[in-house]
Amino acid sequence: MSHTFAHNLVALRTIVRREVMRIVRIWSQTLIPPAITSTLYFIIFGTVIGSHLHKIHGFDYMTYIVPGLVMMSVITNSYGNITSSFFGAKFQRFVEEMLVSPMPSWVILSGYIIGAMVRGLALGVIVMLISLLFTHLHIEHPLITLTTAMLTSMVFALAGFVNAVFAKKFDDIAIIPSFVLQPLIYLGGVFYSIDQLGEPWHTISKANPILYMVNAFRYGLLGVSDIHIGVAYAVMVFFAVVLGGFGLFLLHRGIGMRS
Amino acid sequence: MTQAPALEITDLRKTYGNGTEALKGVSLTVQPGDFFALLGPNGAGKSTLIGIISSLVNASGGTAKIFGVSIHEQRSQAMHLIGLVPQEINFNQFEKPFDICVNAAGFYGIPRAEAVRRAEKYLKELRLWDKAQHPARSLSGGMKRRLMIARAMMNEPKLLILDEPTAGVDIEIRRSMWQFVTGINEAGTTVILTTHYLEEAEQLCRNIAIIDHGTIVENTGMKQLLAKLDVETFVLDTGELPQTLPSIDGIELRRRDDHTLEAEMARGHDLNSLFTMLDQSGITVTSMRNKANRLEELFVRLVDNGKQEKAA
Repeated sequence: MSHTFAHNLVALRTIVRREVMRIVRIWSQTLIPPAITSTLYFIIFGTVIGSHLHKIHGFDYMTYIVPGLVMMSVITNSYGNITSSFFGAKFQRFVEEMLVSPMPSWVILSGYIIGAMVRGLALGVIVMLISLLFTHLHIEHPLITLTTAMLTSMVFALAGFVNAVFAKKFDDIAIIPSFVLQPLIYLGGVFYSIDQLGEPWHTISKANPILYMVNAFRYGLLGVSDIHIGVAYAVMVFFAVVLGGFGLFLLHRGIGMRS
Repeated sequence: MTQAPALEITDLRKTYGNGTEALKGVSLTVQPGDFFALLGPNGAGKSTLIGIISSLVNASGGTAKIFGVSIHEQRSQAMHLIGLVPQEINFNQFEKPFDICVNAAGFYGIPRAEAVRRAEKYLKELRLWDKAQHPARSLSGGMKRRLMIARAMMNEPKLLILDEPTAGVDIEIRRSMWQFVTGINEAGTTVILTTHYLEEAEQLCRNIAIIDHGTIVENTGMKQLLAKLDVETFVLDTGELPQTLPSIDGIELRRRDDHTLEAEMARGHDLNSLFTMLDQSGITVTSMRNKANRLEELFVRLVDNGKQEKAA
């Protein structure tokens, strides 16, 4: 192991440790509210409304929406963690601690992404455990379930990072989740199958990247999907590569951070 | 083999997006082991210069090397050699000083066990150990500044840059900070200091550069610079002063208040004529001291000259 690689590994561990400690330190903000929100979704949409609905793809409504609600938590928490953490570092200027250090850009980006993924995936597990109070689950394809959750978490952590880099005030990190992310999640097949939609909405829905992630995860968990699993992976990998490259470019140039 | 300069910058330029030309081709060399003062009025370009050296500001042109290592071509290696104490507080106010220091060491690739040892060492040396587990936001202003010095020491840099570290710090804490920094300079660390307290620079630094409007207007040894001062000013505490002050050849008398006079004269001018004329005018001198600070006088002149040249 080279000297530089060993240094970078220590630096990476330091950022991840700091991010995880932050999540744990403010657990009442980072872990509890999303769990309560998901529980309410299960009660209202699953139990109260869902009991009056037909089965979708052979599953009762409660079971059908579990993958979507898990992904909703993974997406919003991965995104929200990195926007608040990285923008906070910019706002308090302690991002400079990292910029003056020898750390290469990929270490800084990876550290924040892993931190955001820890929170996103932790919430995914919590929501899945809550769902067991309402329904029975048998994971059809564990590897697909795991890789889809990880890729989705990574994509939205990267998107959140880009948002945080360009944000100049706290409003800037609240606008995208409210006006872009939430509508895309709700229209991304969390609560319904796009096979239930007529044209042009069926085709329009396919422009929504979240649809591919929710369906890939549903395929992993339940074995049913509106989208071909290969296409879903291609979409996730495409966004991960593009956003990862853009994030590295921003850090390397110091856009939004260096004068 | 001669050692490469601690800092060697050549024709460094910076133009901000709004068109402000903060640095107009600055060249500067700081030798290893030096305690170097970088002075200049607000907006002169000091922080931009330090920002470029520490890679917080992207240069528009020119080169900078730390102990021969280019900050542009070998940024990572160069940053291992630098410790920065910035002007503004820039640590996570919600973290504890101990964690801030240990994390800072981690960013430099220092293993956790060694980072913990260094954090204890430097927090103790800077008298912060009893606050090590308190939230950083609860520290006083002076403590926050000392914490930034402790953090900058975590990678045990060969070049420590302090950007106005004593701004707003009381005298006692300021002295303890200088005791620490002088100690590490004597142990071999090169120190670059910017400050508005010119008596600090005069007491601590061996070499000095004065920057104004993005250019270096003076770069020399502290002693050589002070030797250039051809005028001295004395402050005289007196009895009640008369309405009209006496006129003395070669000495300019100024009334500061009814019991204080300032006498400005060429260096080496004989003082006997001053006392004789004051005695003849019925002015009793009760005490006398050199007006602090010699460097301040030079600084004001150099900066004023720059303004006059610009106006011309």
